[in-house]
Amino acid sequence: MSASNLKDVLQPFKAGGQQTCFHGRHIEPQIYAGLDGSNWHLKDYEARGGYQALRKVLGSDGGTGMTQDEMIAMLKESGLRGRGGAGFPTGLKWSFMPRNFPGQKYVVCNSDEGEPGTCKDRDILMFNPHIVIEGMILGGYTMGASAGYNYIHGEIFEVYERFEEALEEARAAGYLGDDILGSGFSFQLHAHHGFGAYICGEETALLESLEGKKGQPRFKPPFPASFGLFGKPTTINNTETFAAVPWIVRNGGAAYLACGKPNNGGTKIFSVSGDVQRPGNYEVPMGTPFATLLELAGGMRPGRTLKAVIPGGSSAPVLPAAIVNECTMDYDSIAKAGSMLGSGAVIVMDDTRCMVESLARLSYFYAHESCGQCTPCREGTGWLSRVVNRILEGQGRPGDLDLLDNVAGNIMGRTICALGDAAAMPVRAMLKHFRHEFEAKIAQAQASQT
Amino acid sequence: MITEATRARFAREVAKYPPERKQSAVMACLSIVQQEEGYVSQESEAVIAEVLEMPEIAVHEVTTFYNMYNQQPVGRFKLAVCTNLPCQLRGGKEALHHLEERLKVHMGETTVDGMFTLQQCECLGACADAPVMLVNDRDMCSFMSNERLDQLVDALRTEGGQ
Ligand SMILES: NC(=O)C1=CN([C@@H]2O[C@H](COP(=O)(O)OP(=O)(O)OC[C@H]3O[C@@H](n4cnc5c(N)ncnc54)[C@H](O)[C@@H]3O)[C@@H](O)[C@H]2O)C=CC1
Ligand SMILES: Cc1cc2nc3c(=O)[nH]c(=O)nc-3n(C[C@H](O)[C@H](O)[C@H](O)COP(=O)(O)O)c2cc1C
Ligand code: SF4
Ligand code: FES
Repeated sequence: MSASNLKDVLQPFKAGGQQTCFHGRHIEPQIYAGLDGSNWHLKDYEARGGYQALRKVLGSDGGTGMTQDEMIAMLKESGLRGRGGAGFPTGLKWSFMPRNFPGQKYVVCNSDEGEPGTCKDRDILMFNPHIVIEGMILGGYTMGASAGYNYIHGEIFEVYERFEEALEEARAAGYLGDDILGSGFSFQLHAHHGFGAYICGEETALLESLEGKKGQPRFKPPFPASFGLFGKPTTINNTETFAAVPWIVRNGGAAYLACGKPNNGGTKIFSVSGDVQRPGNYEVPMGTPFATLLELAGGMRPGRTLKAVIPGGSSAPVLPAAIVNECTMDYDSIAKAGSMLGSGAVIVMDDTRCMVESLARLSYFYAHESCGQCTPCREGTGWLSRVVNRILEGQGRPGDLDLLDNVAGNIMGRTICALGDAAAMPVRAMLKHFRHEFEAKIAQAQASQT
Repeated sequence: MITEATRARFAREVAKYPPERKQSAVMACLSIVQQEEGYVSQESEAVIAEVLEMPEIAVHEVTTFYNMYNQQPVGRFKLAVCTNLPCQLRGGKEALHHLEERLKVHMGETTVDGMFTLQQCECLGACADAPVMLVNDRDMCSFMSNERLDQLVDALRTEGGQ
């Protein structure tokens, strides 16, 4: 049996993007605008205004071009914050790259999207790959880096193949490679794939993985800007962060900021999953009310009500309905409510859901994906998982909730990377908002033993 | 053994990195041998170590660290179903159970005819398409209701029987 035969057999089971991306339910989209699944090629992207930002910056549109300082100033003005989860200001991050470094510098795109609930980067790369390529070239120009890699989640191999095809198109058209559009600026870009390790989304683990090693995070500082890929100055950004840059260059930093709200510029893509009628990706301006987003995603199923939402991927603390209903979808509002916007993965749970069961699955995940380097994370995540699981199985003991709190507290702030916190924070938030469900399970267990 | 065609595929990956950084291609090379041979044998690791001029143990560390490398032979079709929370909320676990019943194996096992290996996996990055699964590491199948799972199994059986 040949590989192409297998492709044919599997074709009817493929998602085409209609449900997640081409539903016409975005609000003022910038990255997903005008996509239909077939128009991902270079010529289509150019027809949408693609590579005009690059021409403008390099001065090959007849204008004077833009300097590196002008680019950084524009990004700072735009209020663009990293879409990978931490929301770090992109203009500031790009300004950290050493200017007069004598050797190679790198730009790396983090497309290792593996945060449970997140599937936005996949749709960007599958249906609009050139927007990421253009954003990365602009990053290379701004930071004086002549080489880059896009690290793509191994599970989305078709996206990796698509990206490589798009790279070929860009090279053939002179947008990538030596002396781009006759400007004297050169930039080489390649795709690299992962193979099933959540931790490789952490930026320094990703660098280790790109170097052909186990994906174990490095201590920070030094930050990648001073010691990155192969020890060279490197800047890593999320796929959606790079994809935002061409629009900003074409329309200006002020316009981008105006589209969102202060300190939270632009649009954001939210991956809405779980108990809604239309799970999918929705690109909306930052600061859109949660209620509007829920409505775009079709609302709850008939007869069900909203119970809780994890607003920023599985690492984000859960928020009960009453709190999340008052939120707008931006970094500051969600942080004020006690959670984080993270990667923009909105996991919706309705009134039929058991929070002990939900937490048990998440805790298992973190224990499974801990890289094992630090004791508090390696031992702590396993412990959390075992205790939550025994509560779920009706074997809970009276001191278990204090134990969970204690173990979570002993992980937080004591590890090399943020995976430890990501495992601990959801536990504390569940106990804070849904403690009664855990207590009820334990009480039941006690009652059945006597 | 590794053919010339496979070596050419390796070379394409190696060319992406600086000449003194061949080791960066190790993940791609391992996935290529897995695609061609179904799993990563010690022998393949040795060849990759030689091509990339790195210690064999360093190759093996990579094989064992990443979840998707098969360290043992698997069935002709490896089915990995996501059961992480967002998928669990939309029938991911039920999909896994349906396949367990249909294929008469538990997760982690291979059917006696060697046709299917069934696994549970973590987030595939396709949560809005749940239930989702990955076939032989490279093909994502989405919206896998029980009916579509049955169709898939039948189609793969027919294909594999030829
Ligand atoms: N998108 C996804 O699939 C996932 C996203 N996440 C998110 O990742 C976040 C944590 O990521 P981290 O990289 O650990 O956050 P971080 O806060 O350490 O760093 C964020 C970015 O800013 C840079 N940075 C921060 N302080 C700096 C300084 N003083 N100098 C130079 N650069 C600096 C870092 O290099 C990094 O690129 C979480 O908030 C979580 O939401 C977590 C898991 C998966
Ligand atoms: C365990 C873990 C997993 C992560 N996974 C991802 C990921 O899949 N994609 C991503 O862009 N950032 C991920 N991050 C965040 C990155 O470390 C980094 O902050 C981000 O790529 C920076 O890009 P940004 O500034 O554009 O957000 C992860 C962080 C941690 C701690
Ligand atoms: S916190 Fe966990 S995942 Fe991160 S480096 Fe330590 S052991 Fe590894
Ligand atoms: S949780 Fe299943 S694909 Fe993300």
